[in-house]
Amino acid sequence: MVDDLYQETILDHSKRPRNHHSMEDANRKAEGYNPLCGDKLRLYLKIDDDIVQDASFEGSGCAISTASASLMTDSLKGKTREEALKLMEKFHDLLTTDTPASRDLGKLVVFCGVRDYPARVKCATLAWHTLKSALSNTGEPVTTE
Amino acid sequence: MTMAGSVTAAGIDVEKIREDFPVLKQTIHGKPLVYFDSAATAQKPFAVIDAIRKFHEVDCANIHRGVHELSQRSTAAYEETRSKARRFLNARNNSEIIFVRGTTEGINLVVSSWGRRNVREGDEIIISAMEHHSNIVPWQMLCEERSAKLRVIPMNDRGELILEEYEKLLNPRTRMVAFGHVSNALGTINPARQIIQMAHRAGALTLVDGAQAAPHMNIDVQALDSDFYTFSGHKVFGPTGIGVLHGKMRLLNAMPPYQGGGDMIRTVTFEKTTYNDLPYKFEAGTPNIAGGIGLGAALDYMTGIGLDKIAAYEHELLLYGTEALSKIPGLRLIGTAREKAAVLSFVIDGIHPHDIGTVLDRQGIAVRTGHHCAQPVMDWFHVPATTRASLAFYNTAAEIDALVAGLHKVKEVFG
Repeated sequence: MVDDLYQETILDHSKRPRNHHSMEDANRKAEGYNPLCGDKLRLYLKIDDDIVQDASFEGSGCAISTASASLMTDSLKGKTREEALKLMEKFHDLLTTDTPASRDLGKLVVFCGVRDYPARVKCATLAWHTLKSALSNTGEPVTTE
Repeated sequence: MTMAGSVTAAGIDVEKIREDFPVLKQTIHGKPLVYFDSAATAQKPFAVIDAIRKFHEVDCANIHRGVHELSQRSTAAYEETRSKARRFLNARNNSEIIFVRGTTEGINLVVSSWGRRNVREGDEIIISAMEHHSNIVPWQMLCEERSAKLRVIPMNDRGELILEEYEKLLNPRTRMVAFGHVSNALGTINPARQIIQMAHRAGALTLVDGAQAAPHMNIDVQALDSDFYTFSGHKVFGPTGIGVLHGKMRLLNAMPPYQGGGDMIRTVTFEKTTYNDLPYKFEAGTPNIAGGIGLGAALDYMTGIGLDKIAAYEHELLLYGTEALSKIPGLRLIGTAREKAAVLSFVIDGIHPHDIGTVLDRQGIAVRTGHHCAQPVMDWFHVPATTRASLAFYNTAAEIDALVAGLHKVKEVFG
């Protein structure tokens, strides 16, 4: 049932998103946009010595995209750029393949239900697309389309 | 209000009608399908499915070019739809009925053919604040190309056009007023006759996007006096990829062809081509023959029930649905025009439409969530998206009750 998608952790993070604020001393920023649902997201990163010291976001969207941004920013802290990108790949695999979830995903594994809702994969990946843009620092807003 | 029994005050036997739509007899995620997305595309009755199947099984041939029996049969069936469409719109003449892929192509045909010939620098085109993207973007492209100005009739917070403001926009430079008869995102039924009269007084032509009107009400292009009127087959219970553009004959005759190719010509040499008469001048290439035949069956089906009965029954559903949804705490209807088709567009405090749509889907209820190809409408109401339940004559009051129960479940999950 629908509870597989909207697991407790997801509902919790959508109602009380963590790291939901702007960041004045961020040294990487990126914007993401999902034109299908109008969701907009601005991601802030503070990276020193190749390590994500802090991560936050602004914007509003559906429960899945808000919870995804909230949990993503939580799990990025302390990771190197390369580790962050690897995590992104594993997260993407979780949503789109049947392979067993990697242990590295930690709490992010709550998004496993999304794979049964193909129309909602883009909601869950918006924050991660935005992360990729922030790390590559192209400065171009990304869209899910 | 009471809607007991399957026969309603409007004289429609909805249970009997539902038997005609095979797609409705299924369960989705274990629940009976409640299809509330007819404004996106309407479901198809057996009459349409069978007509398309019969064409492919028995009569399949290209049209207008064979002396053999099959070609004559398919030509006759395809052209019969032209007569049906003429009667459906109460047009004067079959030559005024142009087959297109759908409303979008109907609008693009007028923009390309009439617009490129008649719109010059400094001219003005008027559209309305509640248009579908398909009645915005083609005009915007034309205005950019011609350095013309695009002006927009504003609306009030019920989602009704403000005609006093429209009057002020009209001036001798106005070439065209293009507007939706019924808004897909809000359900508003616009006062088409009045809008057209005002445009004509200012010397402008009119194009009516009838995509959302044709499934729900009687249309009379002579009474409206519209210059162009267009609608899509798939929204009137016919197949996708076929639609109709009606234009006044003197306008169509004066317009250059839209696309070049077979069927639209009379003679071709490398020096010069002469064009075919109306309506074929605008119909290059092999058309969607099966679609055209399916559309004919769809129009027969609708007129068989009666457009007045359809409109009356859907109005009952609209009143019932409006009252039922209004009782849900935190729900706000977007679009509350006094003249409205059976569209219930709404937002719920703190819950995103996509989450609403997903939870409803798991209960078998198909609604549309998003901007409904009308982003300016969403901006005007300061919402990123809405949830839209759009109804047809095969829907029931019991299905509206299911929607209400579904929305209570949504609130339970996200409350």
